[in-house]
Amino acid sequence: MLNRYPAWKNALIFLVVLLGLLYSVPNLYPDDEAIQISSEMSPLTEFDIERATTALEAAQLNFFGAAINDESLLVRLDSVEDQLRAKTALENAFGPDYIVALNLAPTTPSWMQSIGAGKMNLGLDLQGGVHFLMEVDMDAAIQRRMEDNLSNVRSILREERIRSRGLTLVDSTHLEIRFATSDDRSAARSALITNFPELQLQNSESGDFFVLDMRMTEDVILQIQRDTLQANRTTLINRVDALGVSEPTVQQQGANRIVVELPGVQDPAQAIRILQRIATLEFHLEAELGASSLSYETFDYQGQSINVNNDVILQGDRISNVRSSLDQNGLPQVQISLDAQGGNQINRVTRDNVGRLMDILLIETKSRTNTTIDAEGNEVDEVEFYEEKRLISHARINSALGRQFVITGLTSREANDLSLLISSGSLAAPMTIVEQSVIGPSMGQENLDQGIRGVQVAAALVILFMLFYYRVFGLAANIALVMNILLIFAVMSSIIPATLTLPGIVGIVLTVGMAVDANVLIFTRIREEIAEGSSPQRAIDAGYDRAFTTILDANLTTFLVAMVLFTIGSGPVKGFAITLMIGIITSMFTAIVGTRALINLIYGGRKVESLSIGTIPPHTEALVTED
Amino acid sequence: MLSKQYDFMGVRRAAAMGSLLLVLISLGSLATRGLDFGLDFTSGTSVRLNFSEAVAIADVNSALTDGGYGDAVVVSFGSDRDIRIILPVDESVAEADQASQAVRVGETITALLSATTPADITLEGSDYVSAKVGTELAEQGGLGMLVALCIIMVYIAVRFQFKFSVGAVVALAHDLIITLGLFSVFGMEFNLNTLAAMLAIIGYSLNDTIVVSDRIRENFRRMRSGSPSDMVNASLNQTLGRTIITSFTTLLVLVSILLVGGESTQGFAIALIIGVVVGTYSSIYIASNVILMMNVTREDLMIPIKEGSELDDIP
Repeated sequence: MLNRYPAWKNALIFLVVLLGLLYSVPNLYPDDEAIQISSEMSPLTEFDIERATTALEAAQLNFFGAAINDESLLVRLDSVEDQLRAKTALENAFGPDYIVALNLAPTTPSWMQSIGAGKMNLGLDLQGGVHFLMEVDMDAAIQRRMEDNLSNVRSILREERIRSRGLTLVDSTHLEIRFATSDDRSAARSALITNFPELQLQNSESGDFFVLDMRMTEDVILQIQRDTLQANRTTLINRVDALGVSEPTVQQQGANRIVVELPGVQDPAQAIRILQRIATLEFHLEAELGASSLSYETFDYQGQSINVNNDVILQGDRISNVRSSLDQNGLPQVQISLDAQGGNQINRVTRDNVGRLMDILLIETKSRTNTTIDAEGNEVDEVEFYEEKRLISHARINSALGRQFVITGLTSREANDLSLLISSGSLAAPMTIVEQSVIGPSMGQENLDQGIRGVQVAAALVILFMLFYYRVFGLAANIALVMNILLIFAVMSSIIPATLTLPGIVGIVLTVGMAVDANVLIFTRIREEIAEGSSPQRAIDAGYDRAFTTILDANLTTFLVAMVLFTIGSGPVKGFAITLMIGIITSMFTAIVGTRALINLIYGGRKVESLSIGTIPPHTEALVTED
Repeated sequence: MLSKQYDFMGVRRAAAMGSLLLVLISLGSLATRGLDFGLDFTSGTSVRLNFSEAVAIADVNSALTDGGYGDAVVVSFGSDRDIRIILPVDESVAEADQASQAVRVGETITALLSATTPADITLEGSDYVSAKVGTELAEQGGLGMLVALCIIMVYIAVRFQFKFSVGAVVALAHDLIITLGLFSVFGMEFNLNTLAAMLAIIGYSLNDTIVVSDRIRENFRRMRSGSPSDMVNASLNQTLGRTIITSFTTLLVLVSILLVGGESTQGFAIALIIGVVVGTYSSIYIASNVILMMNVTREDLMIPIKEGSELDDIP
């Protein structure tokens, strides 16, 4: 029969609507301010709840719902002020081994949480916080790898007793070795070729010298960039944890950038200090007695003066894993794992140097602010950068080392500290902040309020207009419109965990304006059909039918534009594109299928004299003659 | 409602001249005055401050100049109690420390201004963009527009016909140039939000153009007599009601964003309002005009045999 949906189709639509409602409802439950306490060492227990309770009672704070959740402890508080005071109190009570983070705890009923219905993530512009875009200095990473290669080449040539007339780093991907004779060069070439699969060897002549050029291949450079970025991301995640932020984002962007978003962070300066702490690690041998004073540097280690040879035998980026643990006798140790090349490198050096001492240097780039008085007597802050080298380990080589080795003879605290220092130094390359945005919490709230008000006002105006202009059909379009907004929320809350940003809200508002377009197209078609003399039932059917291709074409092209936006855009552009794309898909469903179901329920399957669809235009065919 | 048939195509030459003039003015202004790029596309630090009582921009300006920030630009941000201060990148500071410098500048300026006014000042936030990122974003945005236009051209050429895709892309370029031109003439700030708006304009204007093109295609297939110009005119009249209503609801929504959505989204709303008005006009006059100029014929739009014929079955 014309204009009747089969029962299964109605049931399906009903089901989608129900799911949309169910998954968008959690957004109405306001979150509780909360503090989350966790520890990397061990899961928290009932005993810790007691410790937290005591600390909070001592600070005279009202709290509730303290519970262990996924190995961490969550305490709920009444207000943001209480939350901040509680954080300080708990940090003091638990000490540095625990991470005390500001958090928001959901108040949705547990059955909703169990079906995965949660709240939408809000972007920083809606809840306040700090956004950083960090650029990884890839050149430095590549240069360091090449310096590594340089010292390897030197030791291989020495082993093979091939005399070279100079070893220079031409640029970060190019190494040059000079020889006096062509025979030396050939000998070197055959000795080096198997050891350096990542380098391309090439002969050339320069003046009286026979030169062997070693260049890094494109593939290797790309691989180093990928590994470096991954290493930096991991290190950033660890550092962000140290900041105690509840839901941080650390994401790769492009080939050499990482986005760090820290919701709720109030002190951007502290965040920068921790994130920008650049650290690298170098393994050296202790200088031999009587060595030239130019070949070593002196460091202090536990009150002793140690002379450390300048040659780097291993860089920190060769380390694949570091862990402090107990050996079979229950004594603390630090386990270090290296990658294959690192293993070869350390083996080559240590097998000839058993009994000597090996030193590990941690190099951190730090900044300090010096306040000086200028000529006019004003205080001027000057930021100065300096490299701080610290000798963090001084241990005897007991045997030739390989890919896995341990440092022993430490107290458990020392072992713990050393493994943390080594892992922080394995960070592959320095980073600079190239973009930064700090959004105060009140600004975020204001953006959110204004955005929501924008959606409300816009939706109300459109709804009134549609009702006035299209009557009963307008009502159907309005119900579909509200459903559409609910579905967008549901999709963004649960199906695609997308983040809602201010441009995203604008995208939703724009979808509201454009979603009714599909209905306007259908309804004008129906009016036209009636004007041309079709019966009401036929007019409805033909109207939906004929408008469909137009709607599909129009929406598909807009969707394509949104996809381009999403792929190449960043930040606000992406946020806008994602809601636009979701909105286009959901609006196709609600505006075509949804309104059709409603219209079918109202008019379908019975005799209808006239439709309540506003003014029907008079039949016009002035310029057109039909078949 | 539409009892009258408007002879849109009768004035198509005049419309084309008018559009050409607007496009030339826009291009002229873009070439000479350029766009007022916001922080997103350039570089520097911006600080947002909220005052507990109304503040005069001139006072802030002189206080900043006295404090050694002579190159700061102060703009009002939404209300007379909110301001934004924009500072160029301090070249004397190392790149690695620019970000913490930006945070410090925010605090220093807040303290500096607090000393000159009885009002309480809250530091609402700050942004820092390095020159590298700014340039890249601008390039990315331009590339985005070009890629979007190309994809659309291909899609329409496949779904409709090549002449239609030229019409649509000319109309889109027309809308973008005139919207950008207005931003340039009135010296409005062009930032990431406005860029997103430009791409949304592509989407919106395209929507309009497709609806009209769809009807033109349908009429060419259905009607046996009448000149191409008559058929385009009939199509425009048939879709006019829809075009006006959709533009109206979209404008309704955009005006609500402009009025209640706050300062952060104003640039976006203004760009889109211009775009919707220009886009509505262009889908009527530009796209159809180009199609006619390229001598569209019935043969161009005949359905290939294998495709469905649902568009032809007139009850």
